[in-house]
Amino acid sequence: MPRVVSIFLPTWPIDRMMRAMGAAAPDGTRPLVLVGQHGRRRIVTAANIVAAELGLRSGMPATKAQAMVPDLIVQHADPEADAKALDRLAVWALRYSPVVAADAPDGIVMDTAGADHLHGGEVAMAADVGRRLRQAGISAKVAISDAWGASHALARFSADESVVSPRGATREGVERLSIAALRLPADIVHDLRKLGFERIWALLETPRAPLALRFGPLVGRRLDQAVGQASEPIDPIRPAEMIEVGRTFVEPIGAAETIARYIGKLVVTLCAELEERGLGALRVDLVCHLVDNRIQVARVGTAVPIRDAKRLTRLLCGKIETIDPGFGIEVLRVAATLVQPFATVQTMSSLIDAAPADVTGLVDILANRLGVSSLYRMAPAQSDVPERSFVRVGATAPNSETVWPIEWPRPSRLLASPEPIETVALLPDHPPVNFTWRGVRRRVKRADGPERVFGEWWKRDAELVAVRDYFRVEDEAGERFWIFRAGDGEDAATGSHRWYLHGIFG
Amino acid sequence: MKGSAAEILDDLRAQVGRLESQPTRERPTLPFGVRAIDDRLPGGGLAMGALHEVAGGGNSAVDGAAAALFAAGIAARTAGQVLWCVTRQDLFAAALAQAGLAADRVIYVETGDEKALLASFEEGARHGGLGAVVAEVSRLSMTSSRRLHLAAEASGTMAIAVRRWRRQTEAADFGQPTASVTRWRVSALPSEALPVPGVGRARWLLELIRCRAGESADFVVEACNAEGRLHIPADLAHRSHDARDGRRRA
Repeated sequence: MPRVVSIFLPTWPIDRMMRAMGAAAPDGTRPLVLVGQHGRRRIVTAANIVAAELGLRSGMPATKAQAMVPDLIVQHADPEADAKALDRLAVWALRYSPVVAADAPDGIVMDTAGADHLHGGEVAMAADVGRRLRQAGISAKVAISDAWGASHALARFSADESVVSPRGATREGVERLSIAALRLPADIVHDLRKLGFERIWALLETPRAPLALRFGPLVGRRLDQAVGQASEPIDPIRPAEMIEVGRTFVEPIGAAETIARYIGKLVVTLCAELEERGLGALRVDLVCHLVDNRIQVARVGTAVPIRDAKRLTRLLCGKIETIDPGFGIEVLRVAATLVQPFATVQTMSSLIDAAPADVTGLVDILANRLGVSSLYRMAPAQSDVPERSFVRVGATAPNSETVWPIEWPRPSRLLASPEPIETVALLPDHPPVNFTWRGVRRRVKRADGPERVFGEWWKRDAELVAVRDYFRVEDEAGERFWIFRAGDGEDAATGSHRWYLHGIFG
Repeated sequence: MKGSAAEILDDLRAQVGRLESQPTRERPTLPFGVRAIDDRLPGGGLAMGALHEVAGGGNSAVDGAAAALFAAGIAARTAGQVLWCVTRQDLFAAALAQAGLAADRVIYVETGDEKALLASFEEGARHGGLGAVVAEVSRLSMTSSRRLHLAAEASGTMAIAVRRWRRQTEAADFGQPTASVTRWRVSALPSEALPVPGVGRARWLLELIRCRAGESADFVVEACNAEGRLHIPADLAHRSHDARDGRRRA
């Protein structure tokens, strides 16, 4: 099942021109239009947001636009340069998926099935695409769904900046959209409107035969594509400099062992090529062209550049189970989509001790299997509040500088959120005499504390006077708990004076 | 007659040693540095390339916390990075650092389900570059423990399964036999009374329930210090030392 991402770039010609002009670009707060030749007429081909708010639309005669807005900036449109730049942007988008194509004139389409785990899932990936493009000064909207037609429509006709349509819910996602979202020629849309069709659901419920008789087969095809019933393969771009090896099979293959065997052979060739160019791969794609014109992909990422055939084969073979070969695989390709210079270096030998063992191989295997976000280390953070005293960092992140204080004992299990307990306690400085947690009443035999933790007013205003007093208590059976009282026990402004259990000592 | 019995036993041991993939005596071990415990373990410590099991004493959450800390103390004394597999994260890394296991050394894997957890556990045990692999499992079948043990044996990495359960029905699984070389149970004991108000160093009842080629035993110990070392309290040290004499060398 493909998962198609459509990226819509609403003001692409203008964004591209502004980027190309660099420092000489006009101020973004002034109305700007691009004007191109259409037959013998000069018409507006693109307008920036300011100009659009003033009522300027593409397709409008240039003279009319100039008459409507007196201080309008007019630039010449360059559709050829736009298309070329869009192709280059599509090459950039290869970072997300191996199957990417420019969706001219104002978008990019890619199939991310089997690749989104490296970016923390689909929602995070969609957000990341939008964020990176906006940072580069390109306005963008992103939609993910099961079909190209649906994603194309959702990216352009949905109000949200990123839309992730759940699997199998393609029809529900698009049927409320306007029929203009169907990628039909303008005159057909116009005629359909005349017949009273406004939304896609209305067309879906109409018998196909009269529609085909009146408008030809295109309407039916576009409808099927929009709800994901007709396949629409993406023809992926392949930049010339990309390192890719492939093999075409006379007889389509499908068995897992066969695929694994050919992956092994292809990876050896790929690694030889990487070595020749002095590169290491950070991301390697397995692209399977199926007999029924579909493309199945699997992508693996590594923490450090590698060109070790054994390791790469192992990583790719771990992905075979995600590939559905259908009627068989005709062409198998292995491509290094993201590479980094990786030259052999001399290592200093040391007499003192052996270098720490390299665990990046293991990290790669687990990260490709479970997703990058489920593999992490805990690094100390500069905060006295227990739940803020650590941050998750990547498994291969550099070691942190800060350390936790060793003087104050910390519980080995920290509850996700402090649980309220019922206590009998003397205020202000005494630990409870007994407390009830999860229905069990415990008598406090010994206690240590209080360790006072102050609120962090630089994070939230409400924490200006907030205080927590932590106690380590031991009950009669020797079980040790970490409990705290919200507030200092005297001033009601510092906290509610309720007691909570926050952790369990070993 | 006595000599011939010893000869027969030696012969049998040699036969068993040949059957085992790696002779028990040649396996490197990690001593606790506490004589009373090390003397009870074949090879004078925990076998490195092997699977060990640690469980909390009762069904309470507290003993589960002690078991995790005990495992952290063992892992802290190995060299290299440590892979800690959990289904759901509730460890406080600062406490592991206080048991000697620095935050930089621990890579956590949060899998969400038990099946992926065991797969990650096995992958870590097989890799060979790690100091130790720890996994918090609720169920451990004979088959999977055997796989884990073989993976650990092949790579020489110590694998520690911390048994955790959230429901009483899962606790019954701990009674089932597994292929682990040693089985420990850790329960909290009241700390020693201090001359001033306050909580002393945590104390555990450490039960060695099962030990391959050894006998079970129990110890009262003081919990891991900042180097991950246990300590036998002074007033009990004498008694534990005595227990050594009645033991046969296995």
